[in-house]
Amino acid sequence: MDTAIALNGFIAALFVLFSLGVIVQRQMLSTLYLFMLHAVALTASAIVLGFALGSVHLFWVAAITFTTKVIAVPLVLRYSAGSEIYERREVDQVLTIPTSVLIAAVLALIAWIVAQPLVQAITDRPFAAMNLPTGLIAVFFGAFTVAVRREAVAQLMGILVMESGAFFASIAIVNELSIIAEVAAAVDVPIAALVIGLLIRSIHHVTGMTRVGLLAELKERR
Amino acid sequence: MQPLARFIAINLIQIAFLLAFAPLLEGVLARLEEIIQGKHGPSIFQPYYDLWKLFGKDEIVSRESTWIFRFAPIVHFAMPIFVVMLIPALTDYPLFLAFAGDMIAVGFLFSASGFFVALAAMDTGNVYGPIGASRTRMVGFLAEPVYMVAFFALSFVANSTIPYTVNASWALSWASMLQPAHLLVFVAFLLLVLADEKRLPVDNPGGKAETAMIGHSNNLEYSGTGAALMKWGSAMKFMAVLIVFLNVILTPWGLAATPHWGDVLMAIPKVLGKMLIFLIVLAVIETTLAKLRLFRISEFLASAFVICIFAMGVRLVGVG
Repeated sequence: MDTAIALNGFIAALFVLFSLGVIVQRQMLSTLYLFMLHAVALTASAIVLGFALGSVHLFWVAAITFTTKVIAVPLVLRYSAGSEIYERREVDQVLTIPTSVLIAAVLALIAWIVAQPLVQAITDRPFAAMNLPTGLIAVFFGAFTVAVRREAVAQLMGILVMESGAFFASIAIVNELSIIAEVAAAVDVPIAALVIGLLIRSIHHVTGMTRVGLLAELKERR
Repeated sequence: MQPLARFIAINLIQIAFLLAFAPLLEGVLARLEEIIQGKHGPSIFQPYYDLWKLFGKDEIVSRESTWIFRFAPIVHFAMPIFVVMLIPALTDYPLFLAFAGDMIAVGFLFSASGFFVALAAMDTGNVYGPIGASRTRMVGFLAEPVYMVAFFALSFVANSTIPYTVNASWALSWASMLQPAHLLVFVAFLLLVLADEKRLPVDNPGGKAETAMIGHSNNLEYSGTGAALMKWGSAMKFMAVLIVFLNVILTPWGLAATPHWGDVLMAIPKVLGKMLIFLIVLAVIETTLAKLRLFRISEFLASAFVICIFAMGVRLVGVG
């Protein structure tokens, strides 16, 4: 059990690092790769927890996460917004990157402090002490990515990071959720990616770009 | 032999180890990069030939320069030798001078040498020297707070900033190696090593254009013995930083556990083996990444800073 907790802590640190990477990385394709690594870390954590708690459901969570987030989302995005991801280099930011990483540090500290009372309330879950704050950090980072990026594809990554963070926290607390609920939650992810991807495609078709942060100005100019 | 005399002797072996193998590391790294790029490349002993050649040449010193220009190579050459007496280069138990200074003192010694090198670069009136010196200072003042926070994070984990104690606290068990704080400090320190040693993506060590240089234009004006001391000093600084990175932070194993001569001498190939593995990783990093634009370096180091803050935070809230 101690080894599993140590291993899970290591994976949690990787999870936070990859979430930070989604905020920091300027290039679209690297953002996508970092998001995939982030999902791989979630999968690994689910596998470790599955072994440690002897829960078959967590292996299902791992399998579903891997197929949806590491395989399906990149494929769907390649189909729906391929040119935006594979041909563009840099993503616009509202804030400069040093400012946004400093805000990210503050968000992480807030997440740790906010999670403390919850962690103390559920002492019977051995992994919650690590997973709950970490998942909350990823939720905050995802929300921050959505706020700070001017680019629709990168904002989609932010939404998916939030979703992964919620999963990361919940697998440590509720590990006996029925599979049908997990499948339902997981299928939403590629569908959301598909819908937003198609939206991105039509925005690109109409305006010639996907920098949605600039679209507000177009309206005001008239 | 008396324990104290033996410790002093082991310290001298560490200095000899640093002096002897530092140019080899540069040669191996250059050769590895050439191999990855599909070239043949010079022999791994090329830095030794270069040093030999430079020591045999006449030295030309500008009439406009002051004593700083002649003093800087000596400081640059001497500081890594002081540093290696403070850090666990070959042994995992503290030696003669181990408690004379901690990792912050190591940072101070390196900054002292960096200070003199930057002054010397500006001293001669060469146009490229001041550009390189001010850029080096820019990277330096961005990197130093990160070093400080990294050392604080380490001291939270190990309750000490003495490198021997930090090394012992990681080497305790697998669980302590897997601590989240360990991973985060390691990642941040890797970014710092790249920035501080002027490797890609911060600076291009193989670059030949003076206008794009950061750290490598500082010693353009040196010739003969001065150039040899600068070159050897830089190689030793690189090796000392690698020793801190590998023996203290990343892989605290393979060091001599007893003061027996056999153990101490057996540690040399083990430490060199770890360095070879790291150099392969470094060569891959250097051949796959492009150089960052100058004002992107702050982003690179800001990420390292925030990762260190995470490492500290995860210790402070007591989950890692």
